[in-house]
Amino acid sequence: MTGDAREKDAHSGVETTGHEWDGIRELDNPLPRWWLWVFYACVAFSIGYWVLMPAWPGLNGYTQGLLGKSDRREVAQALKALDVTRGAGAEKLKSATLAQIESDPELQAYALQVGQSIFGDNCATCHGAGGAGGKGYANLRDDVWLWGGTLEDIQRTITHGIRSTDPEARQSQMPAFGRDGMLPAAQVTDLTEYVVSLSGRPANAAAVARATPVFAEQCVACHGPAGKGDMALGAPDLTDGDWLYGSDRASISGQIHNGRGGVMPAWGHRFSPETIKALAVYIHANSGQ
Amino acid sequence: MTVVIDRTTPPSAAKSPGPVSAAALARRKADQGGGLYKKRVPIYPKLVHGKWRTIKWAMLIATLAVYYIVPWIRWERPGALPDQAVLVDFTGRRFYFFFIQLWPQEVYFITGLLVMGALALFLITALFGRLWCGYTCPQTVWTDLFIAVERLFEGDRNARMKLDGSPMSFNKLWRKTGKHAVWLGIGFSTGGAWIFYFHDAPTLIRTFWLGTAPLTAYISCALLTAMTYALAGTMREQVCTYMCPWPRIQGAMLDEHSLQVTYLKDRGEPRAPHKKGQSWEGRGDCVDCNQCVVVCPMGIDIRDGSQLECINCGLCVDACDEIMVKMGRPKGLIAYDTDYAVVSRVQGAKPTYHPVRARTIYYTVALALISGLMLWGFLQRSPVDLHVLRDRNPTFVRLHDGSIRNAYTLKITNRGFEPETFTVGFTGLKGVTLKTPGETASQGLLTVTVKPDEVRAVRVFVTAPAKALPAENLPVAFTLRSNIGSTETRTVFLSGEANAR
Repeated sequence: MTGDAREKDAHSGVETTGHEWDGIRELDNPLPRWWLWVFYACVAFSIGYWVLMPAWPGLNGYTQGLLGKSDRREVAQALKALDVTRGAGAEKLKSATLAQIESDPELQAYALQVGQSIFGDNCATCHGAGGAGGKGYANLRDDVWLWGGTLEDIQRTITHGIRSTDPEARQSQMPAFGRDGMLPAAQVTDLTEYVVSLSGRPANAAAVARATPVFAEQCVACHGPAGKGDMALGAPDLTDGDWLYGSDRASISGQIHNGRGGVMPAWGHRFSPETIKALAVYIHANSGQ
Repeated sequence: MTVVIDRTTPPSAAKSPGPVSAAALARRKADQGGGLYKKRVPIYPKLVHGKWRTIKWAMLIATLAVYYIVPWIRWERPGALPDQAVLVDFTGRRFYFFFIQLWPQEVYFITGLLVMGALALFLITALFGRLWCGYTCPQTVWTDLFIAVERLFEGDRNARMKLDGSPMSFNKLWRKTGKHAVWLGIGFSTGGAWIFYFHDAPTLIRTFWLGTAPLTAYISCALLTAMTYALAGTMREQVCTYMCPWPRIQGAMLDEHSLQVTYLKDRGEPRAPHKKGQSWEGRGDCVDCNQCVVVCPMGIDIRDGSQLECINCGLCVDACDEIMVKMGRPKGLIAYDTDYAVVSRVQGAKPTYHPVRARTIYYTVALALISGLMLWGFLQRSPVDLHVLRDRNPTFVRLHDGSIRNAYTLKITNRGFEPETFTVGFTGLKGVTLKTPGETASQGLLTVTVKPDEVRAVRVFVTAPAKALPAENLPVAFTLRSNIGSTETRTVFLSGEANAR
C-alpha cells in the first residue's frame, strides 16, 4: 500500500491505516487527547525520576539519584525510631527483676504485650498460638511443669533450651527400654499397667504386682518411688492427669519402649535478655500463676 | 431543566408525545450543538428588601456566628482532658460536646442524631416546604454571602451585567480581582474555622501560623478553602440543581398541602403590564414586571409553578410585595401558600389548610420514637463498661488435679474523670478461684483499679474443681461494681466434658 493515497473508509469518513484482515480495515483514528497528555506526562515524570531517584544499574553499583533515597538506610532509621518508641518500657525491662516486672501493673502489661508478640512469632510453632502445646510439646497453660514453672525456671529454659546444643542446657534422657533391649516386651507391658495404676486408673493387678520390682529398679531413680517425678531431671509426674505423649496404654508403652525426649532450642543467643524476661513473664502469667 | 407541576389544568393528550428515553433527549441536545451538558446561564440576582430578606440576613448571621464561635467556647474538664466545649478529638479518640463525652464505640448516638435530623427535615419539608434549603443550608448561606460581596465590588444586577459585558479595563480588573480575593479570604476563613473543631483552637491558631500544626489541618483547610470558593463562588445554584440529592428527596416529601413559595395564579392571571390609572377589571394582578425573576438566586420564574430548582427562600415574595404596594394592590400575589389552596380558590371555594395529615403524622411519630429511643439510650448510658473475651485457644486448661481453668480477658472501661476501683465478681459457678497475673488467687472478688478515661484489659483465670462442673458449657457472668456504676456481662465457662481424656 506504500505510496498510495490514504484510503478513506466510506462509512465513517476516517482514513484507514491500510491494514486489512479478512476484509476488516483498521481506522486511523487519532489517540484520545487525554491519553496522549497522560503519556507525555509519564515520559516527563520518568525523566525526572531517573534524575532524582536511584534508577540505572551500572557495572559498579547504580545511579544514586539526587534525592539520595535508600531503602536500606530507611530501614535502619526505622529500627532506630522503633527503639525510641519502645522507650521507657524497654529500658525498665532491662533493669527490673522478673518479680519486679510482675508486681508493677504497668510494666507487667508492657511485658505481656512484648511477650505475646514474641511468643506468637517464635514459640507458637511448637507450643501452639495459645500455648496449650500438643503431643510431645509441653502445655504451657496448665500447672504441670517438667523443668519447673517459676519465673526463673522459665527464663532459664528459654535462654538455654532443653537437650539443646547450648552448654548450659539441661539434659536428661529416658532410656529406650524396649528398643535397646533393656527390658523384654512382657515387662514393658507390665510396666505400662503399673504406670496406668499410678494415675489412679484401673489396671491389671497381676501385671502391676509383677512390675513393682521392675519399676523400683529401673524408674525410681528419675520418677521417684511414688512416681511423682523430678523437675531437676525433667522427669514427669506419672500420678497426675497430664501426659506429654498420651495417656492411653499404647502411648505409655510406646514411651517406655522408645524413651522419647523433646528438644527445646536455646534462645539466649537470639533474643535480648529483656525480651526473654518479657517472654518468661508472659508464659508465667498465662499459666495462671 | 424546568419541571412544571400544573394541577390546575388537566393534561391534554395532544401535548404529550409519549415517553422519550434519556439517551434520545441527550442526542437531541447534542444535535443542537449543546453537547451532553447544559451550559450555565449566568444569574445576576438583584438585591431585594423585605420581610423574608431580613429573616434570611438574620439566619445568615446566626448560622455563620454558630459556625465560627462554637470552637472557641471553653468548657472546664478535669486533668489533661481538652477544655474545648465542642471537639472531635481524633487523636484522643473522643467526641466532646459540652457535658457529653462520647467514645468511638458510642458513635450510634451521632447516627441517631443524624436520623433525627433527617426526620425533622422530612417533617419541616412536608409542612413548610424546603425551608432548610432556603435559609439554613450552608450552600445557601455561603452563596448569599458571596453574592453580597459580589454586589459590594460590582454593584447590583444591572451594573454587574454591564461590567461582565464590557471589555477588560482597569475598573473591571480591580473589581473582579477584589471580589475573587475576598471570596478566597472567606473560603480560607471557612476552612480555617473548620479545623478548629478537630484540635484545641487556641493552640492550633498559633501552631497553624508557625507551620507546626498537623498536616491534616493544612490539607483540610486548603480543601475547604477551595470547596467554598468553588461551590459558593462559581457553581452556586448548580450545586442545588445537579449535585445535591436533597431537592429530589424533598420533592417526594412535598404534597399539595405543603406551604411553598407559590405564585397565586388564581389572582395573578391573566397577567399584563399595567399603566397608571388603568382599570384592574377583567385582568390579573400580575403586571409582568419580572421582578420575581430578577431577584431569584436560582434563576427561575416562580410563575411557572412549583419546580425542582426552587429553594423556597421567599425573595420573590419580597420583590412582588414591593411592586404590589406601589401598584396599590394587596400584598401576597407570590406568597407561602399551598397548591391545594390555589386550586380551591380557582374553584371558588374557601381555601383550607391541612397541617395534620397522614405523612406529617408518620414523620412526627417516627421523630418522637427515635428521639425517645435516643433519650432513653442516653439516660441509660453508664460511665462503666465491661467486655469479656473468653480465651478460645486453648478453650480450657485441665490442671494436674483435674480441675478446669478458663481464661478471660476483661476490658473494663472507666468513662469517668477520676481513677476508679472496681470489684470484679464471678457468678454462676460455686467454689471457683479467680486470679489475675501478679496477684494472689482469690476465692471471691478481685479488685482492679482503672485510670480515668481509659480502658484496662485484665486477664482473669477462673479455676473450678472438677466436681463443680455438671455440664459441658456453663452460663456464667462477670459482675463489675464501683461507686460510679455497676454492670454484668454474661459469658460461658467450658468444663472440658466434651474433650474428656
